[in-house]
Amino acid sequence: MVATALAEVVTHPAAGAALDIEQVSHAFDIDGAELPVLSDVSISVVSGEFVALLGPSGCGKSTLLRLVAGLDKPRAGRLREDDSRITRPHPSRVVVFQDPTLFPWRSVWDNVALGLEAQGILKSQRQRVDDALDLVGLSSFRNAYPHQLSGGMAQRVALARALVNDPKILILDEPLGKLDSLTRITMQAEIVALWQRKGFTTLLVTHDAEEALVLANRVIVFSDRPARVKADIRVDRPYPRHRGDPYLADLRRQILGLLGLDATW
Amino acid sequence: MSTYSLSDGLASGAPRVSRAPLLTAWVKDSGAGVLASIAWIAFGLSCLWWTDVGDWSRTHSLGIAAFVIAAVALFGTVGADYLGSAGKALHKRAPWLVALGAFLTVWELATAKFAWLPLPFFPPPQAIIEVYTDDLPKLLDSVFASVKLQLGGYLIGATVGFLTGVSIGWSRAVGYWVHPVLRFIGPLPATAWLPIAFFTFPSSWSASTFLIALATGFPVTVLTWSGVASVSNAYYDVARTLGAKPSFLVLKVAIPAALPHVFVGLFMGLGSSFAVLVVAEMIGVKAGLGWYLQWAQGWAAYSNMYAALIVMSLLCSGAITLLFAIRDRLLVWQKGTVKW
Repeated sequence: MVATALAEVVTHPAAGAALDIEQVSHAFDIDGAELPVLSDVSISVVSGEFVALLGPSGCGKSTLLRLVAGLDKPRAGRLREDDSRITRPHPSRVVVFQDPTLFPWRSVWDNVALGLEAQGILKSQRQRVDDALDLVGLSSFRNAYPHQLSGGMAQRVALARALVNDPKILILDEPLGKLDSLTRITMQAEIVALWQRKGFTTLLVTHDAEEALVLANRVIVFSDRPARVKADIRVDRPYPRHRGDPYLADLRRQILGLLGLDATW
Repeated sequence: MSTYSLSDGLASGAPRVSRAPLLTAWVKDSGAGVLASIAWIAFGLSCLWWTDVGDWSRTHSLGIAAFVIAAVALFGTVGADYLGSAGKALHKRAPWLVALGAFLTVWELATAKFAWLPLPFFPPPQAIIEVYTDDLPKLLDSVFASVKLQLGGYLIGATVGFLTGVSIGWSRAVGYWVHPVLRFIGPLPATAWLPIAFFTFPSSWSASTFLIALATGFPVTVLTWSGVASVSNAYYDVARTLGAKPSFLVLKVAIPAALPHVFVGLFMGLGSSFAVLVVAEMIGVKAGLGWYLQWAQGWAAYSNMYAALIVMSLLCSGAITLLFAIRDRLLVWQKGTVKW
């Protein structure tokens, strides 16, 4: 047991990072008026945890992800990755957006290579691109252009483009939101498998309670805008999880209640 | 000929009916090629049958050439199966060959043989051929001068326009200063600068290069700028989270994303620079096809003008073909682009 556990640690030196969100508030300026989107949000994520952020549409979840990614700076509060403050984007925190946003002028392989190329280490590490494509099962599409891919394939490429950087925190902004339900279920399983293999910390924004419960260790429920943490629910079930699991169904009912949808249940 | 045998076969009853579908298929397949051959034979005959109303030395050669083309069309059609892609190409263009042969025949008759159109304003085909054979050195010199002037001006204008467009699109500060200048000067037709340019520049060649560059630069600048400005922020977000530096964002995100726009600008710039080239050559530069046209007009050498016009048209069309070929190579990732 100890030996295998050690082996696990050795093969995955770049495991997850801890993430601390401390009293973060944020607002947008819209036509001179200030629109608060996040209100005093504090979340502490342990290294390797899979956290789902759940809330009504437009509540500010995606804004929080942009702050974690370092794409925007919060108006108040602090964000830290391990012990260093997040001030700008860094390839240790990679985002997969709702739209795959592949670069249409680059082939699949070149899209996946983007991060290594931007960091200037592609020449010596080309193998990592091939490995990432293998990981999402798209090696045979390496020379295809994005317009030749289906929605699910494009999102897989986007996932490979993120994973090739060996992120410590993987940020998923409703990455499955636009996929058909079958592709979605397959990819949920793939994401769990990848997370278990690689050990990165995962932050998933979704508005689908079932998706959150099937994937995450922890589900954080947000209020309407400006988003506040309404509930922090631990999901203590082993993987792979079953959608019909009564424990999950019970949690789901609770969560929908928190979101104000209890009348429908 | 073939249509005749087909109707013959249909009219004369049972035994031949079974061959009719084969014949129809053959006519459908090769009819145009045979017609093309007939049209070019007609053109050759129209050259040789009657005597010319004027004194042209290439009539006989032209007639022979027409027969050669007719023969090529005929054998190319009959032997299409053995010629591979060349046969296919001929088959595809056969209707155009018919039209061309017919047009040349009518042209030959209307000018050289019966003078329905007034001479010398409408010279016959052989007069234009004569220009190509007898005045070739001068024409080639003109072509060379035009290409040199156009290429220099266009490359300068395209480069400067592209760089300006990228800087305006990328930097707010550059945009603040350059945009008003662009709005003020850009819409002015480059030819309006002509009188001033010829005074202020040390040579008419440098003045014309400047004007061509100006005509090219404006559309290239505006379209590059709009291309860079319209790049979706999502692309920048993705690149930034993957560790991209600003130089990477410009070179590997903004510019490739803007490239389709840039090519529209290059295309428009090419068109307007042709206009400037010809005017500049007619007015100031003592070389080039524009000058050749002007010179031919001075001597009332109308066939030389037509000959120069045809060459000019081929050059302009060739330049645009080349531009589109480059675009298709660079933008293979785009689907459904216009084929030139």
